[in-house]
Amino acid sequence: MSAILRKIIAPGGIPAWGIRVIASRTYSSSAGGKEMTVRDALNSALDEEMSADPSVLLMGEEVGEYQGAYKVSKGLLDKYGPKRVIDTPITEAGFTGMAVGAAYHGLRPVVEFMTFNFSMQAIDHIINSAAKSNYMSSGQISVPIVFRGPNGAAAGVGAQHSQCYAAWYASCPGLKVLVPYNSEDARGLLKAAIRDPDPVVFLENELLYGESFPISAEALDSSFCLPIGKAKIEREGKDVTIVAFSKMVGYALQAAEILAKEGVSAEVINLRSIRPLDRATINTSVRKTNRLVTVEEGFPQHGVGAEICASIVEESFEYLDAPVERITGADVPMPYAANLERMAVPQVEDIVRAAKRTCYRSVPVAVNA
Amino acid sequence: MALSTHRTTTALLRHLTPAVSYLRHISTDSTSTITVETSVPFTGHKIEPPSRSVDTTAQELMSFFRDMALMRRMEIAADSLYKAKLIRGFCHLYDGQEAVAVGMEAAITRKDCIITAYRDHCIFLGRGGTLLESFSELMGRKDGCSKGKGGSMHFYKKEGGFYGGHGIVGAQIPLGCGLAFAQKYKNDENVTFTLYGDGAANQGQLFEALNMAALWDLPAILVCENNHYGMGTAEWRAAKSPAYYKRGDYVPGLKVDGMDALAVKQACRFAKEHALKNGPIILEMDTYRYHGHSMSDPGSTYRTRDEISGVRQERDPIERVRKLLLAYDIANEKELKDIEKEARKQVDEAIAKAKESPLPEPSELFTNVYVKGYGVESFGADRKEIRAALP
Repeated sequence: MSAILRKIIAPGGIPAWGIRVIASRTYSSSAGGKEMTVRDALNSALDEEMSADPSVLLMGEEVGEYQGAYKVSKGLLDKYGPKRVIDTPITEAGFTGMAVGAAYHGLRPVVEFMTFNFSMQAIDHIINSAAKSNYMSSGQISVPIVFRGPNGAAAGVGAQHSQCYAAWYASCPGLKVLVPYNSEDARGLLKAAIRDPDPVVFLENELLYGESFPISAEALDSSFCLPIGKAKIEREGKDVTIVAFSKMVGYALQAAEILAKEGVSAEVINLRSIRPLDRATINTSVRKTNRLVTVEEGFPQHGVGAEICASIVEESFEYLDAPVERITGADVPMPYAANLERMAVPQVEDIVRAAKRTCYRSVPVAVNA
Repeated sequence: MALSTHRTTTALLRHLTPAVSYLRHISTDSTSTITVETSVPFTGHKIEPPSRSVDTTAQELMSFFRDMALMRRMEIAADSLYKAKLIRGFCHLYDGQEAVAVGMEAAITRKDCIITAYRDHCIFLGRGGTLLESFSELMGRKDGCSKGKGGSMHFYKKEGGFYGGHGIVGAQIPLGCGLAFAQKYKNDENVTFTLYGDGAANQGQLFEALNMAALWDLPAILVCENNHYGMGTAEWRAAKSPAYYKRGDYVPGLKVDGMDALAVKQACRFAKEHALKNGPIILEMDTYRYHGHSMSDPGSTYRTRDEISGVRQERDPIERVRKLLLAYDIANEKELKDIEKEARKQVDEAIAKAKESPLPEPSELFTNVYVKGYGVESFGADRKEIRAALP
């Protein structure tokens, strides 16, 4: 049962109960040097979970005969048939609601949105029909459903096809929101999501589908699962903490390399999960480094970085040696022209610059456009 | 017509009271078939409508009366509780529409599913919910069907095949088609009845879901409870075509007198058979609500009092069954009045008990957010003051 913990604020504002350290520091050993694309990782996860549980089914536009708009569901129709891999008409509100209803009755649907921009047509079902049902019914109606698909910016797709929905979905209690980066994340988190009894929003990234990452034998095992709500320390460091998710983890790692050459040791955290947010890991890291940069592709206002910043200020204020820095997408709809698009999403140099600011290594120069 | 002949016979037979009461005792429990004609024939859209001769029994008619009397009493009592401020927020009452709830139950099993919108108290009762669970939930107490955390619009009874209880107009329609999808997936030979109002009948998601239900032959029955007003907007002001049973276009439909429990039963039985063989069908129940849209709506600014009392006089579902029971000599006036008194007593007792039920424990604020919370932290309004680990 849940317990309400009354927090005793010790003088100085440090929580008396401390912070649990549950950061996952283990790196899967890349024995044998196998590599796998994120696309194949997702495909194998879907395949294994559908094989293991006959109540798991996949529905969405072009998931069947077209083999998936991004080929993530390639081969699944041939293997599992049209009863379990269902091509839907272009009616998100309808098929998302139907999938939620099927979940009410005990099936485990995986709903694919061609991109999460289209999920807005179905957002009432994700929030009001799925996320809140277990609570409103006091546990009678659970919703074991996964909503997955590409999220955020691709390349040159313009304003209506580039939004990041992490902050919107992650603000809603009752949902879990996962954000894989590499192939191991993709496999482990999607398998965990499908097995999870609650509604999970699984935000992939189109530009990562084709990227190859090393994958361990452990991660290739059909029972492999990653815990939900635990961030991963991708790179240890001691001078500044850089928190990122999805594609930005790759950028953060590149930034860390550049910073290392300039004598700044950056610790890179791959969030893996936005809701639940692994505040413990982030706080522990910041208490070590005393500096924080958050990185996200989405719009800045009320974004993921804003939540992380608030969390740090509440829990670890005395440990900060510099203000928290946020690197985000620009506060404009996504433009099409290549140069403007480049300015609208974070670049590696933005992360480097922000990290240096926290280390008092540069003075910000405001650019008035 | 058949009914008046029976009435004259009854009048004549009153002199033979002892013999008749003996006979009446037998017929009250009788399961021998009585065939009744519905007062209005069914109208079909792209389908041959069922016969208006409905088979019933004395037992069934008595149960209709009892159940509808209980539902009516419950809703009226809820009105008083709301005015006494014991029920808060939204309260949408179903009195007038009871025939749809009881007629449907008579045609189906608890393995069939029902899902509806927010006017859900009586459907809940029909699916096996208790008065105590209903009143407790309305007053936000822990003995409520949703332990006080749902409220009037969020009653559920999963083991009775009742999937709520939904506040967003029209959302229950794709959800209901999803229930039907699962039933077909599991090959369980059951159907889902998805109830919605004339207001919801114009929702786009209805047509999206109906398209898929028809495409994939799902055992989904869409039931439009047409009480002719979507909140304060009359059907002719909201719909270019208020013939809701025809709106399915390629999906067959049936128009039903929704104030006639036997007509409802016939239509639902017909629809279930159809849905299991041929996929979706639409039933339009011509019904009426005596109350306004909700407790904050007097219901008389967009309707005349004459209209409301006219329906009550001519078409009330309980009166209709009362007349049948009297005409077929299944019960007399006093017996029926006693049943209504008993219903009132049961409702009063349930309310008294519900009032004693406590509010939920403060810790319940944080339960059921997830099935599996992983011990994740959640926060109260002041997160430095109240935190909890989600179970």
